[in-house]
Amino acid sequence: MSGSDFLRQLPDASRHFQKRRGLMYRLHIDPVLMVLLLILACAGLFVLYSGSGESEADVTRQAIRLCLAFGVMLVFAQLDPSVYRRWSPWLFLIGTVALVGVLVMGTGAKGAQRWLQIPGLPRFQPSEFMKLAVPMMVSWYLSERYLPPSFKHIIGTMVIIFVPTVLILKQPDLGTSLLIAASGIFVLFFSGISWKLVGSFFAIVASFTPVMWFFVMRDYQKQRVMTMLNPEADPLGTGWNIIQSKTAIGSGGMSGKGWLLGTQSQLDFLPESHTDFIIAVLAEEFGFVGVMLLLTLYLMIIARGLYIAVNAPDSFSRLLAGSLVMTFFVYIFVNIGMVSGILPIVGVPLPLVSYGGTSIVTLLAAFGVLMSIHTHRKMLER
Amino acid sequence: MKQEANNVREISQPEGKTSLGRFAFIVSCLAIALSALIFRIVDLQVLDNAFLQKQGDARTVRYEVLDAHRGMITDRNGEPLAVSTPVETLWVNPSVARDPTDSKKDEKKFQEWLNCECWNRVAGLLKMDAQSIRARLQSGANKEFVYLDRKVAPEVAQQVLALGVAGVHSRREYKRFYPAGEVATHLLGFVNIDENGQEGLELAYNDWLAGKAGKATVLKDRRGEVIKELGLVEDAQPGNPLQLSIDLRLQYLAYRELKSAVKAHKAKSASLVMLDVDTGEVLAMVNQPSYNPNNRKRLRVSSLRNRAMTDVFEPGSSMKPLTMAAALESGKFNPDSEIDTSPGYLRFGRSTIRDTHNYGVLRLEDIVAKSSNVGTSKIAIGLTGPVVWDMFYRMGLGQLTGLGFPGEGGGVLPQPYKWKNIQVATLSYGYGLNVTALQLAQSYLVLAADGVKRPLSLLKQENQPQGEQIISADVAHKVRLMLNKVVEKGGTGTRAQVASYRVGGKTGTVHAVGNSGYEESEYKALFAGMAPIDSPKVVMVVVVDAPQGDEYYGGEVAAPVFSRVMENTMRILNVTPDSVGNQGRIAAHGLSSGERG
Repeated sequence: MSGSDFLRQLPDASRHFQKRRGLMYRLHIDPVLMVLLLILACAGLFVLYSGSGESEADVTRQAIRLCLAFGVMLVFAQLDPSVYRRWSPWLFLIGTVALVGVLVMGTGAKGAQRWLQIPGLPRFQPSEFMKLAVPMMVSWYLSERYLPPSFKHIIGTMVIIFVPTVLILKQPDLGTSLLIAASGIFVLFFSGISWKLVGSFFAIVASFTPVMWFFVMRDYQKQRVMTMLNPEADPLGTGWNIIQSKTAIGSGGMSGKGWLLGTQSQLDFLPESHTDFIIAVLAEEFGFVGVMLLLTLYLMIIARGLYIAVNAPDSFSRLLAGSLVMTFFVYIFVNIGMVSGILPIVGVPLPLVSYGGTSIVTLLAAFGVLMSIHTHRKMLER
Repeated sequence: MKQEANNVREISQPEGKTSLGRFAFIVSCLAIALSALIFRIVDLQVLDNAFLQKQGDARTVRYEVLDAHRGMITDRNGEPLAVSTPVETLWVNPSVARDPTDSKKDEKKFQEWLNCECWNRVAGLLKMDAQSIRARLQSGANKEFVYLDRKVAPEVAQQVLALGVAGVHSRREYKRFYPAGEVATHLLGFVNIDENGQEGLELAYNDWLAGKAGKATVLKDRRGEVIKELGLVEDAQPGNPLQLSIDLRLQYLAYRELKSAVKAHKAKSASLVMLDVDTGEVLAMVNQPSYNPNNRKRLRVSSLRNRAMTDVFEPGSSMKPLTMAAALESGKFNPDSEIDTSPGYLRFGRSTIRDTHNYGVLRLEDIVAKSSNVGTSKIAIGLTGPVVWDMFYRMGLGQLTGLGFPGEGGGVLPQPYKWKNIQVATLSYGYGLNVTALQLAQSYLVLAADGVKRPLSLLKQENQPQGEQIISADVAHKVRLMLNKVVEKGGTGTRAQVASYRVGGKTGTVHAVGNSGYEESEYKALFAGMAPIDSPKVVMVVVVDAPQGDEYYGGEVAAPVFSRVMENTMRILNVTPDSVGNQGRIAAHGLSSGERG
């Protein structure tokens, strides 16, 4: 059976199942995704307890945050995908304005302006908001046109992606801007642009790397790349984090040292052990087995996400779902890659495990969108 | 635009096809990226695991030394002489107050910790100066270990720890205590603050006493604080106990008498050695001046020496009995042989040997009793030098006793290539050689033990050690009778008499050796003797260096010490009296006025 045959049969099959769909479906919850996410969140709290130095307060805060984020997810799941499609341009516009606002009047810490405080509203991070708004906007823009997109529309897409990326880069927040650019480019990729264009895109990126290095990247960003290549050059300074995290991961061995027994993470050697570097805690305490279990869990979530994307009823949904799932994967890849020393350190948390507020809400909101796409299909006519 | 919107459904069909290819591509990209991650994790956790595991341990796992309990030293009856008691040593980890990640915060945090009022309370408990504590911590700011106060009483340490000052810890150590204080200190020596033997038996038997320090693994965090005891690598093995041959009762007795004699005669120094005849064990060994080993703050180096074993001196007349032993052994002389000592001096070229009086014709035993240099010299010349030398050498002179005591003197017994008469003569009455008090006691031990030479011992012996017959029992017995004559009426050592016991011994008065030869007015007063004389149990040597005043002869200064110590020793050792009714000393005192040795 060829792939297209499979695809043609699938909507019929799903219609066959629709009759038996019960409460979960009516609540617009995808049970598979829900269970996987819950397992991940619980496992994450478990690791966080160790990574935060057995801080019950941190775990409690994170648990509350997770509950909130799951709530947001359920709300997002209730909305019909067409609502997102209609609102995409407006959301994008609001987000872009907010990003400009951040640059003008933003607040933040550690030399970066990432937060926007509008009187009467809770403080929020527009860049997080854009993680959803950009793929939506690009999906909307391309799905309203012939697919695969023409060269003109590709340029248009590039502009859409470029504006928020640069604005976020200015904050500066390299990690998030790259994630947002990636989310847009994923949509473009899924839209079916020709392989030639894909190839030339990679060629342009590759040729721009030196330009980036000399003109765009700041000194501290270059330093991070140098540190990744040779952390031992400054073991007590810039190389400290990565040397400690590599040691933590490596000393875990096959089965790990046991929960709360990791020496690197418990004895204050591993920095950021409850936020960006939490995978090192897991690797040290649960070993190779623990890391593989976590990766398997992530992989199952991604597989389910791709399944939802493939089965999405219209191109907007499909493009959006594909992009969101891939962005989720990029999160994982970049985080584990940087902690294990094959990527430079950029501030990307480990999804749903790292301690921290906004990214969790955004991530689960994205899963809410995925659930919405999957559970509203029957209302769409073919 | 409108047309495009209408075509949404139409385009979704072919687009689905392409996007499936896209998904396949994406999935393979995903697989490649995932493989890279997994490869990296395998690389770190499986391939590099051993190295990184070591790296991890190197950061956190530390060994801590557990001090071993040092063995107790007891006397022959089990009385403690050196005891280690547990104490606490307080130390500080200044790194606890530091923040290595942030240099600005680091300094501020450290100063806050350093200026904490709690140090004043710590200083109060330890009776120290808070400012000096702070200065010490400041200079050790980059260290993880700074001593606060060593060897603190456990209850004080508890109070300090209860203050809960960050970084203050305690560590179990031991402190050596010497219950007998200055009485036995020369023999025992002492340990330094780390419980390593520095002097005396503490040094000689350090390995035996010290035990083996244990090792425990601990987990330390980045600031050097112990987070967790991981476990014992090996427990500390306590040191072995050491039982000395010393009898503390005799040691006290000897110390008291020697000290009072030194005081009475304003002497420079003094030693006393007491040996057990049957076993060669040292029963007592005391010296003056002494020091308190428990508080060595005002210790003078001159007080440190165990003079009985380290200081050599010319034995003088105390060698005469040995010359007599050689004479008797040769068969040329017997105790009744008569020697003409008139006119009381003997000339060898430019040198003259003198007696205090012209004694005329003397029998051998009277030569010893009167301590005639002329008589002894004539006998020795008749025997020839090598014979006398051989006897001295066999008695152990000029050789180390083999006790292994640190700094023991071996003495010098010269053996000229060609003997001149003057050399033979002076050697026969104890000049031209030097010995330690212990060597002198050892040679008398041979006479006391019927000619058997046994190895000496500072440790308690369970069995009688194998001895070597040096001279015949008959010769030894005859010399002992001569020694008895010395303390009888008419001898030089009458003040050595002991009530209810027949004793024997020989006095000696030697010119002290100064910077330019013999000192005219400085002497060493000696007495070497034994009791009871027929079957001796104890040999004792008393040496008093540089007694001041009218009395300076061995018979006047050393013999009374011998008498007093021996009297009580006999009682303590429960030796059967062999001369009941002899009121000894009291009578002797009256008789001795004219007699000098």
